[in-house]
Amino acid sequence: MIEKALKGGRGYWTWVAFLLVVIGLGVTAYARQMTIGLGVTGMGRDISWGVYIAQFTFLVGVAASAVMLVLPYYLHNQKAFSKIVIVGEFLAVSAALMCMLFILADMGRPDRVLNVLLYPSPHSMVFWDVMVLNGYLLLNLVSGWAVLGAERKGVAPAPWVKALIYLSIPWAFSIHTVTAFLFAGLPGRHLWLTAVLAPRFLASAFAAGTAILILLTFVLKRFAKFDAGQEPRLKLAVLSSYAGLANLFFLGTEFFTAFYSNIPAHKHSLQYLFFGFEGHAPLVPFMWFSLITGIISVSVLLSPPLRRKNGALIAACIGLVVSIWIDKGMGLVFGGFVPTPLEAIVDYMPTATEISVTLGIWAIGLLVLTMLLKTAIAVKTQE
Amino acid sequence: MSQNRREFLKKAGLGALAGLGAAAGLFPAFALEQTDMSSFTDKPVPGKVRWGMLIDTRKCLGNCTECIVRCHHDHNVPDFGKSKSEVKWIWKSGYENAFPTASTQFQNPEVLERQVLTLCNHCSEPPCTKACPTEATFKRWDGIVSIDYHRCIGCRFCMAACPYGSRSFNWEDPRPKVKELSTAYPTRMRGVVEKCNFCSERLVKGELPACVVSCAENALTFGDLNKPDSEIRKLLAANETMQRKPELGTLPSVFYII
Ligand code: SF4
Ligand code: SF4
Repeated sequence: MIEKALKGGRGYWTWVAFLLVVIGLGVTAYARQMTIGLGVTGMGRDISWGVYIAQFTFLVGVAASAVMLVLPYYLHNQKAFSKIVIVGEFLAVSAALMCMLFILADMGRPDRVLNVLLYPSPHSMVFWDVMVLNGYLLLNLVSGWAVLGAERKGVAPAPWVKALIYLSIPWAFSIHTVTAFLFAGLPGRHLWLTAVLAPRFLASAFAAGTAILILLTFVLKRFAKFDAGQEPRLKLAVLSSYAGLANLFFLGTEFFTAFYSNIPAHKHSLQYLFFGFEGHAPLVPFMWFSLITGIISVSVLLSPPLRRKNGALIAACIGLVVSIWIDKGMGLVFGGFVPTPLEAIVDYMPTATEISVTLGIWAIGLLVLTMLLKTAIAVKTQE
Repeated sequence: MSQNRREFLKKAGLGALAGLGAAAGLFPAFALEQTDMSSFTDKPVPGKVRWGMLIDTRKCLGNCTECIVRCHHDHNVPDFGKSKSEVKWIWKSGYENAFPTASTQFQNPEVLERQVLTLCNHCSEPPCTKACPTEATFKRWDGIVSIDYHRCIGCRFCMAACPYGSRSFNWEDPRPKVKELSTAYPTRMRGVVEKCNFCSERLVKGELPACVVSCAENALTFGDLNKPDSEIRKLLAANETMQRKPELGTLPSVFYII
């Protein structure tokens, strides 16, 4: 089937070529990182994780959000989603792939990555994360591909495919819960040490991931002449708005607990992120931009007349994705390290090499997504 | 030789079984040191010994860096000259940085200005070993939290998990940055984590840690916390002492007299 991804017009190949150039840049930057070491990044002894882990965290959420299509379609028989379930599954595949590449890029000794499997350590959350992420990628790839294959032949998918799909539903929740547990179980990192982290991760994931799905349907309509229809888009917009609302609510509870209890360690990271702390305020404008954009976008998505207008819907989806990307893909990870265990305030600034590697991995993910969706649409439109 | 010293040597020597001694027995050609196996009657029992350290901050004053220099030299700790990629095993921190949750209001200003030695606490309940996905960092039978530099994948979860900032990562190749090569301990490679090892390489030889012997003020006491009549236990019983962030339940094995 994949050969269908090799047939395309001028626009398609220009896009692929563009992605290949970005991937090339990323690979060059990664080669530099491999020769010199992670010292080429902005990370250091105090801020020991940076954009890589932050992108990983954000993308696990995107991967998990496929469940927002799979669950209503397969469990509640929402026929409106029949055309785009596959989009969600393939988005999950490419996001999970990017997650793994980001973990690999972040490793000091990627040559030893198999040690995670050779010395399985169930007490470590990383071990579980590697298990569930790989499992999730396979589940979505296999079930998505099998359903598509059956559709091409005009037959019903084999019964085992259904079983895999049902399994993928709780699995989606597990990947983001375990990812939250990577952070939430560490003593002494107060921004992360909160029971609401896992629910908040799920809420922000379902908000941003669903918004990305809506945007993808517009992209497919415009560039692939594949229209999923207005109905599923509006249904997704409702889901996204409720998830976004839950996310804002959880953020509010974080603020309440930290500032009402008035415990310094609980306040410090939030102060650093939103108000500046001891004269350091590099992320303050980003965090406020994220908060305000998030509130506006969720309001637009909540309002039925507004979300019916395509322009407003697209703007709100972009706003929500950007807002959550800043919150999760920057603030959460960098802010968690400030102040350091020895009460120092250290700022983090990613380097050009680090950003190139990051863009390269995004481009790999987009390329995989492009090819998978191209195949899916070719099958669906009987090209 | 005092009873204490003999006890110390015997227990320390047990480490040889697990460590260099075994290698020496298996590969005589590479033996770093001959170990007289006949002196070991017991097998190491996990948890029987718990090495610990007591730092008397009243004696460790001023800008003295004797122990730091000695440790960093002996263990080939690289000097990158910038705080971002810094590697350190033992260093001095301000009182409020070392004990951020200790009471500081109206505290004696002399105490607040003290520079306190900070190092890995060899926690009895270490969050770092729990976070490690490869068992590259692990708690030994004698309570020392150790790192296998050949297994570490450089994921830095242990660094995020350590609430004391005790761990350093080799952001670049450390070897060219070692000022004066020491043969006491191997160098490390790029991309792995390292930290204080309580001088396990000296303990197997029955020697006290390098920092302890290098201190002219006798500010550091090292010994078995599980042995009620050890010197460290006597000092702990006789003095008011503190651990860093005891509220986290990590049970540090490094104690401080303020
Ligand atoms: S001080 Fe940090 S590195 Fe040392 S044992 Fe405790 S948690 Fe681990
Ligand atoms: S950096 Fe090395 S020692 Fe630390 S958690 Fe990862 S594998 Fe374990």
